[in-house]
Order: sequence, then C-alpha cells, then structure tokens
Amino acid sequence: MTEHDIEITVNGTDHEMTVDSRTLLVHALRDQLGYTGPNVGCESSMCGACTIHLDGEAVKSCTVLAVQADGSDVTTVGDFADRDSLHPIQESFSEEHGLQCGYCTPGMIMTTSELLERNPDPNEEEIREALEGNLCRCTGYQNIVKAVESAAEKMRTTATAEGDD
Amino acid sequence: MSGDTTNGLIGDRVTRTEDAEFVTGQAEYTDDIATSNAAHAAVLRSQHAHAKVHDIDTSAAEELDGVIAVYTAEDMEEAETSAPRKIPSMSTDYIQVEPELFRPVIASDRVHYQGEPLAIALAEDRYTANDAVDRIEVDYERLESVTDPEAAIEDDAPTLFEDYPNNIAYDWEFGDKDEVDEAFEDAEYVASASVDEQRLIPDPLEPRATVADYDSSSNELSIQMSTQTPHSDRHAIAGILRHPENKIHVQVPRVGGGFGAKIHNYDVESLVPWCARELERPVRWQATRSEIHQTSSHGRGLNLEGEAAFDEDGKLLGVRVDGLADLGGYVSSHVHMLTTVLCIEVINSQYELPKLYSRIRGALTNATCLDSYRGVHEVAAITFIERLMHESAKEIGMDPAELRRRNQIPADAFPYETVTGTVYDSGNYQQALEKTLDVLEYDELRERQEELREDGRYLGIGLSAYTHVSGVGPADVCKEYGIFKTHWESGRITVHQSGTVTAYCGTMDFGMGHQTSYAQIVADKLGIPIEDVEIIEGDTRHLNDGVGTHASRSLVVGGSALAESADDVIEKGRSIVAHQLEAPEEDIEFEDGEFWVKGAPERSMTIQEVGSQAHRAWDVPGEPGLEATTYYLPEQMAITSGVHAAVVEVDPDTGEVEFERYLSVDDAGNRINPQIVEGQLHGGIAQGISQALYEDVVYDDNGNMVTSTLQDYAMPKSFHVPEVETVELSTPAPDNPLGAKGVGETGPIAGNAAVLNAVVDALEPLGFDGSEVDTPLTPEKIWKGVNDQD
Repeated sequence: MTEHDIEITVNGTDHEMTVDSRTLLVHALRDQLGYTGPNVGCESSMCGACTIHLDGEAVKSCTVLAVQADGSDVTTVGDFADRDSLHPIQESFSEEHGLQCGYCTPGMIMTTSELLERNPDPNEEEIREALEGNLCRCTGYQNIVKAVESAAEKMRTTATAEGDD
Repeated sequence: MSGDTTNGLIGDRVTRTEDAEFVTGQAEYTDDIATSNAAHAAVLRSQHAHAKVHDIDTSAAEELDGVIAVYTAEDMEEAETSAPRKIPSMSTDYIQVEPELFRPVIASDRVHYQGEPLAIALAEDRYTANDAVDRIEVDYERLESVTDPEAAIEDDAPTLFEDYPNNIAYDWEFGDKDEVDEAFEDAEYVASASVDEQRLIPDPLEPRATVADYDSSSNELSIQMSTQTPHSDRHAIAGILRHPENKIHVQVPRVGGGFGAKIHNYDVESLVPWCARELERPVRWQATRSEIHQTSSHGRGLNLEGEAAFDEDGKLLGVRVDGLADLGGYVSSHVHMLTTVLCIEVINSQYELPKLYSRIRGALTNATCLDSYRGVHEVAAITFIERLMHESAKEIGMDPAELRRRNQIPADAFPYETVTGTVYDSGNYQQALEKTLDVLEYDELRERQEELREDGRYLGIGLSAYTHVSGVGPADVCKEYGIFKTHWESGRITVHQSGTVTAYCGTMDFGMGHQTSYAQIVADKLGIPIEDVEIIEGDTRHLNDGVGTHASRSLVVGGSALAESADDVIEKGRSIVAHQLEAPEEDIEFEDGEFWVKGAPERSMTIQEVGSQAHRAWDVPGEPGLEATTYYLPEQMAITSGVHAAVVEVDPDTGEVEFERYLSVDDAGNRINPQIVEGQLHGGIAQGISQALYEDVVYDDNGNMVTSTLQDYAMPKSFHVPEVETVELSTPAPDNPLGAKGVGETGPIAGNAAVLNAVVDALEPLGFDGSEVDTPLTPEKIWKGVNDQD
C-alpha cells in the first residue's frame, strides 16, 4: 500500500499526516485526527451525515480520498463549536427541534451553512432541494426546514445590522 | 397527597437541553469512542441466500500483515472460551419456537439468508480487517431459495429446515370460526380487503456498532454499544456467551436512531465481545449500510386479508382475517409475538366489534430475519381494518366518515374490553373524528373532489382512525402474551448534598429527548430549576435493571417511575423537615421546592436544604441520604388514539401522488413536552407515508438483495414528505401518574392507511381495485392499476 504525506488544515489547525492511498477523508479526520463531528452513515454519498466543507464547498467526506484533500482547508461542524456561543444555524436547529437522534445533524448544518452562503433567503422549495443529499430518519424534515428558515432570517438580520454600522 | 406541586415545566415546550452537544458535533456515538490497541472487526457474510457450507478457508486472510485473528464457528468451538450459543426467541405460552429455528450468532454448515455471518476477522485497522474478509474462501453448495412467503408455503417450495417441510414456523388462531361465520350469514353487507405488506428496513442513520473489552483479572466484559435495551442486552449476551451477568457491563453512548431495530439481540453484538474475551484486547466494529440492509431485522412483511360483516345500519357484526408473515431465515427474538397477539390486539381499532376470527401463519423464507420496526405489526392491523372500513363504506354506499362514526366505541364506555380482551383505558374517538372533519372542512372537500373529477383531476381523501397500545407493562397482560419479562421500568432520583439532582432511568433514549422531558418531570415535581437535574440512562452499573425503550413506553412507564420516585423523595424530605422543625408530618406543606409548617410559613426549608441535612445526617429521623427508587409497574395499558387524514392528488397518466394536506389529530393524554411530541409525530408520519408510497425491500429470484444500499432503497428525502398539521386532543390516561399516553409509534400506525385510503379514494372513478393493495403504491403500480395492466 502506497503511503502519502499530506498536509491539511482542519478548523484552522494545520495537520501533517501520513495516509494510505485508499484512506477516505472521513476516516482520516475521525480515526487519525479525532474530528468525530462528521458521521459515517452509508459510505456511498447518499446520506450526507459526513458532510464537511472542503475549501468552502460542502462535500461528503466518505467519498473523498484523504490524498485529494492534500493542501486543503477543511471545516467540520466542530468549527462552530469553538465559538463562545452557538452559531445561528446551530441555535435554530435546537430551537425549532430540527434534530432528534442527532446523527445527521453535523451534515445538515454544514449543508445549510453552504446554502445560506449562496442564497441568504431561500424559500421552502429551495431549502428542501438543497437538503436532498442529507437524509434524516427521525424528523420527517419538517422542523429541519423550519430551522433553516429561522437561521436564514437571523443571519439576514445580523447582516443588515452589520451593514448599518 | 404529595407531588402535586408544579413550577409549570410539565406541559411546557422546553427546548431540548441535550441539543448543544449534537449541533456542535460533540455527541459521542459508539464509533466515536477512542480506543487504544483495539482490534477492528469485519464480518464475512454469506453471498448466497440458501446454501450448504462445506469449507471455510481462512489461511490467506490470516497471513495478511496486520491481521490479528480470523474466527469461524468451528474455530469458536475449539477456542479456549466457550463458543457462543444461538440467539433465543422469547418463549410464549401460545407459540413455542423450537431452538432449531433460533438465529445463530455465526453460521456453520448452512446459511438461510444472504448476509448471514460466516467468519469474523480482526485486524489492526478497519481497512485491513475488510481485506482479510476478502481473502476468505468459502466452498458453498447452493440450494434453491425462496423469498416470497406465499411461495414458501407451497408444497414444491425449497425447505429451510427439515422438520418444517412447509416452512411454517407457527400457525396461530384466535376466536371461534363457526361463530364468526354465522355472523357473516346474518350480514346485510360484506366487504373484503387485503394488504400485501412489503418488508421495510428501519434504517436508523447510525448503523449498529459495538466496542468491547475484557479484563481477565476480574473476568469483566465491558461492552459499549448502540442499543435501545442495555439491560436486556446484558442478560442476553450473558446467556449467549455463557458469561456471568454480573460480570458484564453494558454502557450506551449516544444512539443515532433505533426505530425498533436496536432491540433484538444480534449476532455481531455477541461476536465482538466474544472476540474481546478470547483475544483479551478491545475489539470494535461498526456495520456498513449494506450490512444493515442485509442483516439488521426488517420490519412489516405481514400480509393480512379478510372480510367484515355489517348489519343493515352499517354496524359491524364480525371480522375474519387471515395473515401470513414473512419471517426470514430464522425466528428472531420477538417476531412471533409481534405478528400474532400484538397485531390483533388493536385490529378492531376504534370500533365496537362483537366477533373476530383470525389465523396467522409465520413462513420461513430465505430473507433477513423479520422483527420490530416502529409501530410493529399494529401497523398491519390498523392498515387492514382502516382499508376494510374504506372498502366497506363503498360496498354499503355510505360515506367512510359516517361508517366510522356509526361504529366507534362511545366515549362513556371506558374502560372498554375489546373482542380480543385488550382493555382500552380511555379516549374520545368521536371528538377526534369530528375535529378532523371540521378542520378538513370535509363536506366542502368532498364537493371540491366531485368538481375536480369533472375536470379530469383526481383528488383523494383518506381517513385513518387508530388505536395504539402504549405503556405495555401490566403483569397479567405480559403473562397472557407470554412476554418474557413484565414491562415495568426503573427510575431512581438522588438529591445530592449540594441540592442538585441526578435521575436515572432504565429506558434508553435514541432521539426522543428523554434528557429534557424526564428533567421536566423531575424538576417540576421537586420544584427545582431544570438545569439542576441530570438524567442518566444506558449504563448497567448506574441502575441495576431496566427494560428499555420500545413500544411507546418510555415516557409512560419510565417517566412514571421517575414521577413516583420524586413523590417518594418529597415524602422522605417531609419526614426530615417535620423532625427538624419539630412539627407533625401532616402539618408539613410542600410546594415549588419549599417545605413549611402549615400556618407558619416562616418555619420552612428548601428541598436543597433538606438534601444537605439528609447527607450531613446529624439529625435525621431515618436513613441518611435523600434518594428513592421505583420499579413502576403499570396496572393498565395507556391506549393512544386519533384520526389522521391525507388529501392527495393523483395523476393517472404518471401514477404520481402529490400531497395537498396531511392532518394528524392525536390524543396522547397529557403531553409533557408538546414540541417533542409533535417531532415524534412528524417523523413517524414520514415513515407511514413512505411505507404507503416509497420504501420496499426487493430480492431477486436467487435471494440476492437488490436494495442493499441507500441508492436502491427509497428512504424518503426532504422533498418526498409533506408538511404535517397536528391537532392536540387529550383524555389523560387514568392509570399512570402523568396521565400520559405513548406517541412514538402512532405516525406509521395511522399514516400508512391514511395515505393508502387517499390514493384509492382518488382513483375510484378510474376503476382502480382498492380491495387488494400491494404496497408500496409506486407510480408504476398506480399506473398499471388505472390502465388495467398486470
């Protein structure tokens, strides 16, 4: 098995590591670096529980090789956790009861974050479309949609307030 | 009476206190547990559905660098520690399951379904463990297979077990057939319905996972696993591994969903601790999604068909029903109970049914073992009777709402013993039906349906009136049903010296917010801030015994155990206060966390002060400490009920179903946290809708599973399910101290029938035969049904 030395930045911390050619990014993050926020649900890009941001783009880390992430900037749901208070997306998922068992939640939050970056005021249809790659077995999606709507509103309000300064 | 105090937490929409760890990614699931020196396990699974196994050659696997060991059934027989036994099916008085039909932990010379474990490989990392599995050579002799239960009981079907030539594991009858046949002879109207119910995969998003370790000096086996029932697992694994139960410690991290699929005692969950004991080092395993699809228990798979007889006024005279369950390759832990007694116990739903005859058979097939999935086989029962009511209304020429109204059990009839002997404790079925019709504006909706039909548009209105047995527990019921252990639940409350509280419960949360709703109960009762209450579940060392979370029971039975423990803590506090303030106990009042002497409110102590005094114990009347444990045993079951309605539009050219509305009117008694209750309804209804329209386990003719990934298996996505409107009704359960009724399973129980009835209703003018429904009603089946194609 060929090994590779790679460098990746995860949530702002630089890591140098050695991985096999076949090591999946999600396993490198979880098993080697201890970032257990992204969860493994299907190993086939279907469920989205392992969604992270790779250089700012939401991707499923179960179908990216660790070597492909060499030199990249990775953000996991854990990046939000280092802040003093919850991010509006995290807050809204909790307030709107947009999670039950929580296994899909890290992926849902990362996908939502990318959506709201792209489209700060999505309608219900756009939200449901954006979340199509993230499965949830507990909530029937209803309160997840509400959580995204609520987060979007909070973030727009904050952006407007900042714009006023 | 103590415990009547309130600080308003019970019934409040408290935001879940456990959420922060989930939204920040810090929640620890089993595969998140850091281990050092752990061996990673991977399982070799049978590639064939039915085969004799002549030889398993593990030598090439063992030679691979990084492989620690590979074990087959034969290796386990020869190992130092005792080989694992088979997984027992629960014993019942009415169905005996012979040990021959028990599911093995590891197959030896014969496999009965694709995916059955044949060997387990242990390696230094998870990739190498899978490489090892790939290098194992198996010499199979393939046998003819059968996965369709109807075909399995034919004379020419391949036989799974020699002693069961027709593959029938059980043949169970209820009721007097002749008497019911007589009712049919007297009938004015007779209608029939059949539901060919597919298998479903419960598919919690977190796969099954286990981490085990063994300490030879103490003989202690510690197991961390994703389960709904830690204490039952401890007991089962003790039996399977022949290990002392008190030397097994089961600890459960966060559980990423269960839906009934993490109740049963599984094979790998015993193999992993067996390997840890044999190797004397930690062993870890998490299933892949395909392993889950192929080997975790499937749900549903119970075909019911039958008839109803009515008099001239549309009153039910009797029901006959015939059932066939698709059991899979062995008889799993609970399936024989779920598909028989626990199915027909609600088959009359909300109706006064004087006579019932049913016969249900269990067919062994070369498929994954069948067992519980949210709603269990109450889903089949309610779907059958609600489809039958819809078909009967057509036959009689009466509106389906009116036919239900005429047959509902009156609100003044409770407690009401049904034809099956189930006692319905409380309810108001008329209120639920009328509320549903009112919210729907039913009459106008029917008019609009007529108008749209004239325009070639097909709107369908489906009603589903349900009952659901929650809070199973009464000893007489468990004994009668042959449930292996009466379903009490344990709850302990400790008031610490500082005044903070830890509460323990024998249930196991897997997403339903116990940490919040239990804390609401305890904090409300004790009159303390909710932040001061810590809830602990899922550790066999913290609480000696428990039953676990299933059957919509946690809040009803576990919550009641905590409520009673809180009352006991208050009583003990009262005696301490009486002693210290030198007043008679009966003069000590308690409210909002404070005790005081009647008529002298300045003579008072807070519960925190009492906790401190109880621990200091310089001057207490009895034992030190402030703690209480309750083993709560319900005397009655809490019957949840309601009416769901689906309004859909079906496009006959494409067979597509579009939701206009979904309404859920539910009587769950007192709701402790309405937000959590609604969340349970939303998720459950999505599963009911999905059963009606999308999900289906498919095997090919050779017993290969076609739907072994989420690419092929139609778990609904965000745009597949509609927004659900919920309406709260409440007739509090009279038996339990919370007045609560379980709601976790009601969504699929009511939802499947509501959607099926709506689709059939929409297609009625197009000649769609609703009397025989083969679920799910995919666009293809709908199109064929409308266009008269087979």
